[in-house]
Amino acid sequence: MDYFFIGTSLIKIVCLLGFVLGLMNYAVYAERRVSALIQDRLGPNRVGPAGLLQPIADAGKFLLKEQFTPAHVNKLYYWLAPCLAMVPPVITIAVVPFGSTLFGVPMVIADINVGILFVFAIASLGVYGIVLGGWASNSKYPFLGGVRSSSQMISYELSLGLAVIPIFLLVGNLRLTSVVQYQIDHGWLIAPFIGDWTNLGKWLLAIPMFISFLVFIIAVLAETNRLPFDLPEAEQELAGGYHTEYASMKFGLFFLGEYIAMITGSGIIVTLFFGGWHLPGIPDGSHGWIFGLINIAVFFAKVAALIFLFMWVRWTLPRFRWDQLMRLGWLFFFEIALVNIFVVAIILIYFHL
Amino acid sequence: MAITVPRPNLNWRERMFLPAIAAGLLITLKHFKNMILRRTKVTMEYPEEKWDPNLPEHYRGAPALVRDTDGRVRCVACQLCEFICPPRAIKIIPGEISKTDRFAKVEKYPEEFDIDMVRCIFCGMCEEVCPEQAIYLRKDYAITGFTREDMMHHKDKLLEIGGVMHGVVLKWNEKK
Repeated sequence: MDYFFIGTSLIKIVCLLGFVLGLMNYAVYAERRVSALIQDRLGPNRVGPAGLLQPIADAGKFLLKEQFTPAHVNKLYYWLAPCLAMVPPVITIAVVPFGSTLFGVPMVIADINVGILFVFAIASLGVYGIVLGGWASNSKYPFLGGVRSSSQMISYELSLGLAVIPIFLLVGNLRLTSVVQYQIDHGWLIAPFIGDWTNLGKWLLAIPMFISFLVFIIAVLAETNRLPFDLPEAEQELAGGYHTEYASMKFGLFFLGEYIAMITGSGIIVTLFFGGWHLPGIPDGSHGWIFGLINIAVFFAKVAALIFLFMWVRWTLPRFRWDQLMRLGWLFFFEIALVNIFVVAIILIYFHL
Repeated sequence: MAITVPRPNLNWRERMFLPAIAAGLLITLKHFKNMILRRTKVTMEYPEEKWDPNLPEHYRGAPALVRDTDGRVRCVACQLCEFICPPRAIKIIPGEISKTDRFAKVEKYPEEFDIDMVRCIFCGMCEEVCPEQAIYLRKDYAITGFTREDMMHHKDKLLEIGGVMHGVVLKWNEKK
């Protein structure tokens, strides 16, 4: 047994989980403040300085409310659903490299060689929480929400998977740390021409990579049920959708699960397209622990920027209609992602990148 | 009869919707930026900022009794305000002024004067009807209490809110 490995892994798990849960709470706070500022309001600013203790007040409220189970629900699945909504996004974080190395320990919990497949496999389990929640509630609005959610997630998982294939054509490896290493060596995949300005192939590569990024980020929005794709919980049509029958911490788990999924999704986007923890000019952790910490900070700064983008999009765009959503997923993103793979492959062969 | 809503004919660039989405994002970003830079004027943050200095002259707050410059309660307990009060918030028990008093010819004074602020609707009719100009609506608006009794303004409380009113009428002055 490698006690050093087990020990460091446990420390990493505890620290990352704690940090991500804290980040999640402050993502909720940020969402409320950002939405308020976009709508010319002030948002929560009463609890603590500038409202910074608001997440604690929210959590306290969630925990102290009555754990109410309606009489007409399927008890087992009704209780199971919120946990299933919360767990998959938390597990997914395990494979995301959130830093270089700190004291020689790689800053990724599980550096497995099927990284992105693991992400898709676990992330697609997230649909079970919502479908079970909708189904077990035994009531028409949650049911409609669950049905919408299942079809939406299945549709967008396709474009999600196809959009990342170009990256792995380039990298030649599914390990997420190799993706980051490739971007350190060859430039970030969102802008591969940086540092290699005269290479025409890299300029051409930027176009399909940007399309890939666009399709991927839209699919992530759809996967995390964020506006403009929040049809499963459309308040105006479905009275809250799959979590209509939920209250107190059980609703809280659904609610916070969405934010964890957002953080995880942002982490994966950062890893795949924005160079992970890499910032040009800053060496990795092997040059000193201070650089290791800076790398971690860079990673989470990028994640925060993407979370802001998600919020910005949410408070700008209206919700899609159901048929528009399906049309967009199946007739546009699926085809675009598919064609994109061939475009990247041709560029790769022609320019020997 | 079915009404056909005409759909606009969009060209290919408009049908991609991306320019429209970008324009929308820029609009919300502009609002966000203006809020961050405090260029947008938003609501007054009530407990820290108050209306008080900006209240207009005609503002109708809590009704109150006033004293005149002699220190006498102006009210003569005619009970007109009690009769006019639409929600019947005012209750007056009149008392008699003794013959030896300086203001003996006034005859009556309010022994008790209660205004139930749970009932008061701040209409200002008591102020309008008062022949003695003894009751005024002041600018106090945050009238709160934990019990119904707290919300009952008795005579001393009313006089405390009202204070002294100068000038206007001095009809019970001996020298006039």
